[in-house]
Amino acid sequence: MEFRTVLTTCPYCGCGCGVLLEVLDGKLIGTLPSKTSPVNEGKLCVKGWNVHEFVVSANRLKKPLVRRGETFDESSWDDALDLAASRLKEIKEKYGPDSIAVLTSAKCTNEENYLLQKFTRAALGTNNIDHCARL
Amino acid sequence: MSAKIKEAVRALLAGGKIKGFLGLKRENGHILPHLFTDPKELDQLSLGDWRRPGEARYPLNQILIQLAIEYPNDTFAVLVRGCDERGLRELFKWQQLREDRVILIGLGCPDELAKACECEKPFPDSLVDGPRGEKAGSQKVAHVNEMDLDTRFQFWKAEFDRCVKCLGCRNVCPMCFCKECTLEEANLIDTGEVPPANPTFHLARALHMVGRCIDCGLCEEACPADIPLRTLYKKVADIVSETFGYKTGFSTEEKSPLNMIEVK
Repeated sequence: MEFRTVLTTCPYCGCGCGVLLEVLDGKLIGTLPSKTSPVNEGKLCVKGWNVHEFVVSANRLKKPLVRRGETFDESSWDDALDLAASRLKEIKEKYGPDSIAVLTSAKCTNEENYLLQKFTRAALGTNNIDHCARL
Repeated sequence: MSAKIKEAVRALLAGGKIKGFLGLKRENGHILPHLFTDPKELDQLSLGDWRRPGEARYPLNQILIQLAIEYPNDTFAVLVRGCDERGLRELFKWQQLREDRVILIGLGCPDELAKACECEKPFPDSLVDGPRGEKAGSQKVAHVNEMDLDTRFQFWKAEFDRCVKCLGCRNVCPMCFCKECTLEEANLIDTGEVPPANPTFHLARALHMVGRCIDCGLCEEACPADIPLRTLYKKVADIVSETFGYKTGFSTEEKSPLNMIEVK
């Protein structure tokens, strides 16, 4: 048997609270706030306290879903990305690059956010990029 | 100070008496709860001291309950301070853990921590290492007692007003073992509202601390709004002590006034 706690960063907002995931025999059983994290010093909000729950949630999406009218259809990653790319291209050509806006996420790393703004400015050709925290 | 504790745990692990020792581990400059199963890991043992003594304490008894649910026939050793030992006594009486499946490795708290906690008994009877500190009276409760009832009510209302309902006080509590919690039961309390109903939310929790709260103080440390929960529950403990003559966690036999149902 094995019980350990794994220090990680809360994926919800941009604060970056230190959380300890409680792992028993490879299964997530709980979350504790890290007492030694300089960010949250042993405290968490209600979302942070429950971060372990969505990892094993039955409602978690496992495949890309493509919206067709009122329905969401399961798709492969290749098909979904091809569709997104061709539609974005179509919209850009028809209405101009400033008709597209991109919203990044606090759940991404700095590097992922950097990549997304680079993609938005260099590939899409617009400065319409903002962060979910300003919603 | 950890030499004697390491020695005791090593002997237990070598003798095959325990499945593991639930304690704290120093890892990459942090302190985390950990189940030690290999004596070699004990080099990283921590007693929870951080910038101040005992600053990185965690609800080990709460984790122990989860281990016991998965491994009911195994015996575990656990690091306990005075408050944790009081907690285990209550958990045994509430039948959440089996006394013969838990070995206590006791740690006494230094004066600085005992004073900061205003602790009734800052060392466990199962003391392996650390001092047998002196009882420290509660000036914080005395301060609240000095207020007249109206002022006192306004004081608590203002404190509770800052609550963001993270439920951290309940989540971190080693004595909150109920499967169904009143704080999430719509028939008993207003749910789905932030901030929570004031003062019913906090008073409901305070009432549930009767005969349970062993004054570890983890709730207050977890509170992002700095509500003086410890003072509130210490006052509850004082009332229980004065009214029923019951001191939570001090007896291995006598049950709390609200633990009278026989489970067969």
